[in-house]
Amino acid sequence: MQNTNSQIASLSPLHHQNFLRRNRLKIAPWLFLAPAMVMFTIYVIAPIFQSIWISFFEWDGLGAKTWVGNQNYVELMDDDRFYTSLYNNVIWLVLYMLAVPAGLFIALFLNQNVWGIRLYKSLFFFPFVISQVVVGLVFSWFYDPSNGIIALIFNIWGGNPPAILADERYVTYGIIAAGLWPQIAYCMILYLTGLNNVSPDQIEAGRLDGARGLKMLWYVILPQLRPATFIAIVVTVIGALRSFDLISIMTQGGPYGSSNVLAYYMFETALSEYGYRMGYGASIAVVLFLIMMVYICFFLWRMYVQEKEGH
Amino acid sequence: MFPHPIEKSSTATQITYKVLLPVALFVWLLPLIAVMVTSIRSAGDINAGNFWGWPREFNLIENYTAVFNNSPMGTFILNSVKVTIPTIILTLALSCMAGYALAIYRFRLNMTLFFIFIAGNFVPFQILMVPVRELSVNTGLYDTVTGLVLFHAAFQAGFCTLFMRNFIRALPFELIESARIEGVGEFRIFWNLVLPLVRPAIAALAVLEFTFIWNDYFWATVLVNGQHAMPITAGLKSLNGQWIAQWQLISAGSIMAALPPVAMFFLMQKHFIAGLTLGSTKG
Repeated sequence: MQNTNSQIASLSPLHHQNFLRRNRLKIAPWLFLAPAMVMFTIYVIAPIFQSIWISFFEWDGLGAKTWVGNQNYVELMDDDRFYTSLYNNVIWLVLYMLAVPAGLFIALFLNQNVWGIRLYKSLFFFPFVISQVVVGLVFSWFYDPSNGIIALIFNIWGGNPPAILADERYVTYGIIAAGLWPQIAYCMILYLTGLNNVSPDQIEAGRLDGARGLKMLWYVILPQLRPATFIAIVVTVIGALRSFDLISIMTQGGPYGSSNVLAYYMFETALSEYGYRMGYGASIAVVLFLIMMVYICFFLWRMYVQEKEGH
Repeated sequence: MFPHPIEKSSTATQITYKVLLPVALFVWLLPLIAVMVTSIRSAGDINAGNFWGWPREFNLIENYTAVFNNSPMGTFILNSVKVTIPTIILTLALSCMAGYALAIYRFRLNMTLFFIFIAGNFVPFQILMVPVRELSVNTGLYDTVTGLVLFHAAFQAGFCTLFMRNFIRALPFELIESARIEGVGEFRIFWNLVLPLVRPAIAALAVLEFTFIWNDYFWATVLVNGQHAMPITAGLKSLNGQWIAQWQLISAGSIMAALPPVAMFFLMQKHFIAGLTLGSTKG
């Protein structure tokens, strides 16, 4: 019966419309997806593969590309500046994690019902909203050994203020401290929302069982905050590996490349006065991408498990 | 509620808490307060090294007009607006449709596409930098506002699609089914039924994207060279090189760069936080 129907349909002048009609549930999603897919492919998906391809060439961005095979990667293995950047990335990753407990601490401090607390919460969140360029400028000035607030504190105590951003020993830590300021605010807001959703019954039950203070936090509250903790860790890892703005504003990787990270070193090799080495830059980007991929896969795997459970 | 509600504690604890709150806030926002105060200091104050004391003169109007008169700050702000607003509109259009498709229809590649959008959202910018810059140069989009808009809209479509898909998924599916039974076309279901329902998600994403795009510095550096298309972040950085030790001007410029996203956040706080904390409460 259906067969005859479609045969008749194919004979009728309305055949085209009927085809669309019958298959609309199959065609519609692709029409809705097409614009986003085209844009995303052009600007995100394809460039990833192009970068990997370019990393096998020597190229100044203008002239012809010269195939050099794995030469860029071989050079990378022997590049001190690369290792400094990689090492700094590790420091960034480890120290940036402080934003998670610090954000939790401030969230706990602010999770009260006193007059005006809502305004306090939003004011505490401000650092995250402002541009990292501004954060970088402000902290560079704070660290200024002649006029900064650090200098002021040292002068009060009669000490000699360190030139934090000019000293290879402190520079990375100085920049990370600046980066932690907005990152803590971010984690704080995640935890504040999480604390809102903690079940009062379980707290009551915990109280009856004699749990108080830290014990309560550890055994009753934190397990319920797990989703917030997960997101906080994800965004902090991504933030640490993406660190670029602050380094560009505060030190440009200096002094002598000592505060470089992969993201900035890549930019510097590919696009700065030191020369346009696109191929070599792309190989640094590939390394950074592979590191990030570990986290992306972990995140996707978790989402996959959730989707399977949820639906 | 955890920690223990303060109003049930002793009076001494309550007073300590209420004193501690503003003190903590002051310390926390000290960088911002310092910039605000510096932005109204006179050049005399700065030259005399009075960075942290009470300003001897208040040069609010002088400093801010000086920034506009001595620099292309007006152009920078305008450029940032010209990049931010079209990007938000474009990326929301892309992701409303894509999110709708991924949330409503069952087809084989659904999950794969969804995961590609999520993964793309997390990749480091550097892996995109060289090809995207080359593409922009070849298409004449390098050093233009349009070039920045197109890139941002495409990249942000990843995050926005994730957000939209999850939001639409939470809507009651029966609504769509009964509309289909009534014979309503797929596009009209999307336009007349779903879009009005996702208004809160659109608001949340719009505020969030506003701050993301406004504060972008990396792509403003990579895809733009001249001042005619430079957004305020890159502009501020270039002015910082010119205004050596003129901290009152740099501070005033910083405040101008910071103000729009801060105002946006303050006005649309509820939407902003709803957008930011997506997924942190559920699952």
